[in-house]
Amino acid sequence: MVNLIWLVMLICGIIVAALNGNIDQVTASALQASELGIEVAIQLMGVMSLWLGIMHIAEKAGLIRHLARISAPLVRKLFPSLRADSPAFGPIVMNLCANILGLGNAATPFGLKAMQELQKENPDQETASPAMITFLALNTSCITIIPATIIAVRMKAGSANPVEIIGTTVFATGCAMASAIIADVLFRKRNGL
Amino acid sequence: MTIISELARWAIPFILFFVPLYGYLHKVPVYETFVEGAENGFKTAVKIIPFLIGMLVSIKVFVDSGALDLLINLLRPLFLAMDWNPDLLGIIPLAVMRPLSGSGALGVATELIHQYGPDSFIGRLASTLQGSTDTTFFVLAVYFGSVGIKKHKYALKVGLLADAVGLIASIWIVSRVFG
Repeated sequence: MVNLIWLVMLICGIIVAALNGNIDQVTASALQASELGIEVAIQLMGVMSLWLGIMHIAEKAGLIRHLARISAPLVRKLFPSLRADSPAFGPIVMNLCANILGLGNAATPFGLKAMQELQKENPDQETASPAMITFLALNTSCITIIPATIIAVRMKAGSANPVEIIGTTVFATGCAMASAIIADVLFRKRNGL
Repeated sequence: MTIISELARWAIPFILFFVPLYGYLHKVPVYETFVEGAENGFKTAVKIIPFLIGMLVSIKVFVDSGALDLLINLLRPLFLAMDWNPDLLGIIPLAVMRPLSGSGALGVATELIHQYGPDSFIGRLASTLQGSTDTTFFVLAVYFGSVGIKKHKYALKVGLLADAVGLIASIWIVSRVFG
């Protein structure tokens, strides 16, 4: 499905640009996007190094194990294919916590670390395991209590009450998360996993 | 609310204070361990570059060429047919952009908030939608790319379904709460 969407976006973009008579835009956009990819990666490099370093200390000191044990009853239910003592639970929980607090920058390194742990338990290294998909679904739909960026935008735009959207946001993201979990379980069952 | 925002402000300094101190008290060589872990940050960031560039090129060509605007125009009758508040049409660009690009969506949301006003229906809806969904394509490319997963199975379907539910739930709750 990703293959198809990727191709359709690219081909449609080129056709529309050609029809609009601004085919030069395709060249400019493609080159800009390649540069942007490197910029994003370099920005990530710094944050990733910081958090993976801190997390390595937490791991060595046994903190991650504690965290995984505390949160186990709830989180483990969502990942039936993982061993109860899987080292992936620590980073999964930290990623979800960072997402909940709206600490987007800190969430990504934990998420990538979780993926690396999940990959170690994955029998087919090129195909996403059910646990990986569950984690991804949770991650993209995760409850955010503090949508900090958008509150800042509202503040700057002169809102009378910049934080009034927190309630509606929590509700909407809760619905999205619930539907992601349900859909994930149904897909897993359909695939016999 | 002030408690929650204070919590967010203190969270990162607290972690930076607590984790190394806890490690030191448990006889972990903190600096060396930090460096060991940080090394992986570099490797992981390099590994995701091809996936990032692939995604960004396709999305940027699609958006800059005007194909996104075309898609938005095609979706217009669908929104009108639902007999919803006609103001809702303003949200379509954000709804389409949200799963594709984080910075793109933030740009669109900011524009909507400024154009319609932060306390208008569209302004509140854009804020809610922006806060309640994530950049599915980006997360998918980066997370799976970092470990070399090429076959995504049903992951995208689940992600996009959650985005769609987030959109519908946002519209419903904002109409409900703010009228």
